[in-house]
Amino acid sequence: MLVGVGTAGDAAREIAIVVGPGRFDSGPDGPAQKAKLFGVRADQIVEYRVFHVRGDLDPEQVELLASELLVDPVRQWWMHRSEHTPPSGHGRVTVIETGLRPGVTDREGAELVRAARELGLPVEAAAVASRWLIYGFLSDRHIQLLADRVLHNSVIERWALDELPPAHADLSATPTATAIIPLSGLDHHDLEELSRSRRLGLTAEEMVAIQKHFASEGREPTDGELETLAQTWSEHCSHKTFRAVISTPDGEIDGLLDTYLRGATDAINAPWVESAFVDNAGIVNFDNRFDIALKAETHNHPSALEPFGGANTGVGGVVRDILGVSAKPIALTDVLCFGPEDLRVAELPPGVLHPRRIRSGVIAGIGDYGNKIGVPNLAGAIFHDPSYTTTPLVFAGCVGLLPRGSHPTEPAAGDFVIMLGGAVGRDGVGGATFSSQSMGAETAEIAGSSVQIGDPVVEKGLIDVVIAAREAGLYSAITDCGAGGLSSAVGEMAEALGAEVDLAKVPRKYPGLAPWEVWLSEAQERMVLAVPDPVPLLALAEAWQVDATVIGWFTGEGRLVVNDGDDVVIDLDTSFLHHGRPRLHLQAAADDTRRGPRSPEELVGTTIEPVAALKALLSHPSLRSNESVIRTYDHEVLGGTVIRPYDGVEMDGPADGTVVVPPGTDGSDPTRGLAIGIGAAMLIGRHDCEAMAWAAVDEAIRNAVVAGADPDRLSLLDNFAWGNPNDPRTLARLVAACRGCHDAAVTYRAPFVSGKDSLFNEFVGPDGVPDPVTPTLIITAAGIVSDIGSIPAVGLMAPGNDIWLLGPHTGTLGGSHLDEVTGGDRGGHVPGPDPDAVLRHREMHRAIAAGLVVSAHDISEGGLAAAAAEWAHAGRRGVAITTAERHSPYELFGEGLGRYLIEVRPDNADDLAEAAPSARRVGWVTEDDRVRIGTELDISLEEVGQAFRSTKPIVATEAGPATAAGGGRR
Amino acid sequence: MTLVPSVLIPIAPGTNRNDELAMAFRAAGAEAHQVPLQALRSGEAKLADHQLLGLPGGFSYGDALGAGRLLALDLGGWFAESLAEATAREMPIIGICNGFQALVKAGLLPGRVEPSERGQDPRLPGGLTRTAGDQVVATLVENANGHFECRWVDLLPGSADSVWTRGLSGPLRCPVAHGEGRFVSSDLAAIEAADQVAFRYCTADGTPAGGRYPANPNGSDSDVAGIVDETGLVLGLMPHPEDHVFDRQDPQWRRELGGTCLTLFENGVRAVAGD
Repeated sequence: MLVGVGTAGDAAREIAIVVGPGRFDSGPDGPAQKAKLFGVRADQIVEYRVFHVRGDLDPEQVELLASELLVDPVRQWWMHRSEHTPPSGHGRVTVIETGLRPGVTDREGAELVRAARELGLPVEAAAVASRWLIYGFLSDRHIQLLADRVLHNSVIERWALDELPPAHADLSATPTATAIIPLSGLDHHDLEELSRSRRLGLTAEEMVAIQKHFASEGREPTDGELETLAQTWSEHCSHKTFRAVISTPDGEIDGLLDTYLRGATDAINAPWVESAFVDNAGIVNFDNRFDIALKAETHNHPSALEPFGGANTGVGGVVRDILGVSAKPIALTDVLCFGPEDLRVAELPPGVLHPRRIRSGVIAGIGDYGNKIGVPNLAGAIFHDPSYTTTPLVFAGCVGLLPRGSHPTEPAAGDFVIMLGGAVGRDGVGGATFSSQSMGAETAEIAGSSVQIGDPVVEKGLIDVVIAAREAGLYSAITDCGAGGLSSAVGEMAEALGAEVDLAKVPRKYPGLAPWEVWLSEAQERMVLAVPDPVPLLALAEAWQVDATVIGWFTGEGRLVVNDGDDVVIDLDTSFLHHGRPRLHLQAAADDTRRGPRSPEELVGTTIEPVAALKALLSHPSLRSNESVIRTYDHEVLGGTVIRPYDGVEMDGPADGTVVVPPGTDGSDPTRGLAIGIGAAMLIGRHDCEAMAWAAVDEAIRNAVVAGADPDRLSLLDNFAWGNPNDPRTLARLVAACRGCHDAAVTYRAPFVSGKDSLFNEFVGPDGVPDPVTPTLIITAAGIVSDIGSIPAVGLMAPGNDIWLLGPHTGTLGGSHLDEVTGGDRGGHVPGPDPDAVLRHREMHRAIAAGLVVSAHDISEGGLAAAAAEWAHAGRRGVAITTAERHSPYELFGEGLGRYLIEVRPDNADDLAEAAPSARRVGWVTEDDRVRIGTELDISLEEVGQAFRSTKPIVATEAGPATAAGGGRR
Repeated sequence: MTLVPSVLIPIAPGTNRNDELAMAFRAAGAEAHQVPLQALRSGEAKLADHQLLGLPGGFSYGDALGAGRLLALDLGGWFAESLAEATAREMPIIGICNGFQALVKAGLLPGRVEPSERGQDPRLPGGLTRTAGDQVVATLVENANGHFECRWVDLLPGSADSVWTRGLSGPLRCPVAHGEGRFVSSDLAAIEAADQVAFRYCTADGTPAGGRYPANPNGSDSDVAGIVDETGLVLGLMPHPEDHVFDRQDPQWRRELGGTCLTLFENGVRAVAGD
């Protein structure tokens, strides 16, 4: 197998080439540093790349391949792997290799094959791997730990000591045929067992409905039919919890979605909403010619197992949702939730990756996808909580632009079914059912095949083809292949008409796939289109080098028929598929939120030194600077960015909301922008989920309003990540949060246009006790900025300007960040619903639109003190504020709804008072470099900057029994 | 001639920033034609029909086997003849970010440079030099900080004789967004001696960055952000001037406007509009 120095004509079948110089990664994220987390001390770890090539190549061809394709001649060398031996004289060196499992997307391997053939080289297959030289005396156990915990992820990769065989796909496997799964005669218990053993995720009631349906047709289902029903009826695809009838002690709820979320949208009946909750994404008006498409998704379970791939494909998925409404993606958002970074390895449950590894993988995965498809990442947040250790959360959002009325949604009988995108493999089989179930220690092994690596280059091609096809009017309907693959995409489009598909036409990565696997594989980067005339579409796809295949047609006969050549895989009644699921009935307990007053003195009674408390707040993992993360995301591409996530005089101050002028609206008013704000309030949710919803909606709106958005022209997205809804207490909190969403949205007249619920975010440890995620609600607000010229600056601007406060001068401390950094969970009031906040949002906007607001910042996490400090830091200006005679922790750090700080020129005071009657003057921008509030707080800008940039939480020692950030769960 | 000059913007799989490159050229008075690479290869579109060539940023072919590497293979392969013809016509060519990487890896930049007396620099990253004879070569390697980075930078123009950079005064401001943008060369002194350094990273007041992060965002030798070939017609640079042609794109628009890059594109357009 190894290649010697043969003479010309000696052909090799398998060649392994090592390319150097190796990569010495000694930084904080380097492998040697990460290994220390696990008690493994290596002197140095060096990575070399290995290229496996299969083909009949003679030595000259190998030389050509390596020099033309594998190395940069200016700085790299290559050699056969057999010659690559560790240098002597450096003590002990261990060599291991890691590489992708066969069948996992390997873009580089595929490009190598393509490019080699361009050079006329007979290359059949190629794969890329890594060769690690580990210096130092390490025990076998430590090598194993290093490989398992740092250098590879068994979900998608393999490793071996010294040499790992190439990951070429097995081309010899024979496909399995469609199987019949007999259901007749099975009782409840048998049906449940069948659902469990095939990981269908269907309840006994649902299995009975399926059993009855096939009995009425006088036959048994095929494996493909059963799997299709399981996917279509999964929580992920059908949102059965949000559509369930819920019994509560206060009466019955006829579906959370209809009652609360869509209920609010219907009640508001906003004229700018084109489409809400019915398509892949919500659609709202931007101006009189263009619409904006909005969507945010979750990709939690996959990100827990393979952080890079999970987050990567999460971005890919939500971008396809936007493409699925014929819109061109113009902005991305991401909200990430991780466990504590300083978690001790001993506390890590089995089968769980360390939060630091998840964090770095997820961030790299988000950046990789967005950067490569060329869509700016414009808004985000990172939260930490111990409950996110076992169930990290990844919310990926996307905004798109489309000309009004350009999204066709009606396939016609006779239209062809065209699949756009790459070949199908076994990876990604069962994604929807997997993400609809709880996770446990063994999930990584069982569900490995549900996790994939994205291919953003293919997705960029999809964007180009779909937008060009839309402009040319080439399709009559479109949807993306999300979880459930072709089954969900074709199934949805064929709901009214029925369709016939031949799987034999579907390109496959390798043989050996069962027909139902081809039908269900999620395989990323694919869209399905209904096309009256395939010829121009196929030509367009060819020009853009995107694979396109006609796989069937819409019949108009109301049945979903799927064949694999002569093999009948599926023949299902579409009305049973889409409407046959028995409605779920759930039981919610009494709302156990801990509302109501507790003694405020509990908290205020402790002596809190304000400067120490402020430093603790600014360095809290959920408040501190994420600039280093944002820098790895492209937030400039497309050239439409106006307000960046980190802005201000040194570009290191956190902006409240971000603004983009949608590119591609040439001819429209170029001063019109779209503002995006994000809100979340998980600490409040520990006490009161209804108040959490109000706080999250209010924060998202504040952020958008500061960025110039009109509060009377907003649209919202909701994203829930919750535990197991079959637990009546967990469900009660979900009901409370939905009620809060409804009430806040109606009060603020801001309709929800799309959303996503992710349930079963819990981890069942070896003790069998479920550990649910803390109730998590992320609200995204998108609003219209009619004149970007009026947007306030990020950061204070000019000494001598006045500071005005809009909103109450004091806040509450229950569920506040001060509570969190000083020990946590001491109770007290949480910020309650504030129906007057909407008036202040409008006052704020009036002042901005009138051009009176020089700069502004909302008051949120950490209250007035943190807001003033961030604001001063962003503008590198001092500030002096006095809001009361005495500034207690309530004045300094209290949190609440609808509060803003505004910088105004003194000569505009009267105009501001008229535009915002609730505002009052509380201070001024100073010549010096200090942030002062009354006599109680006085800190230099330098100290503020240090705390804000700190990578470790600063503990507020003066406050008694303080804990590091993330402590204090109930 | 009163015809509006036309710029060809080819799009490889994985190319992006083609939209704003087209937007920048339009703002500079040109017509922009964005064409998939395949249409050039099939002959459906021709470089000969255009007066300018703009190679946009992005991740052509997913950056497989090195950034710009596989696009360079196209430029040096089936596209070589069209390029040679265009060069003979003295066509201004600009490659930005991934386009720059491809021009460098195809050997079109720095072009033919007289080696300096000091000769080849043996201290390249990784301690290795493999050059073809005494030809001066350059490449772009992974950023010194090891990862993709997006931030605004200030650029000091040079190469006063180039059609692209002539008449540029004062620092330009625009973002970088790349992971492999660290410029290294086998003989930087020769490139400098030939006045082929078109842009250097500098601080806001125009002082060269002196290798210091973040003004020099990627650790490029001698703060080199972009170079031209020996004719001054081919310009390659890592930063994105196409992302700063309007004032509204400037993050300091509330504080201090300036440093827009529109003139760079106008220079290229003007060079052929006078034909």
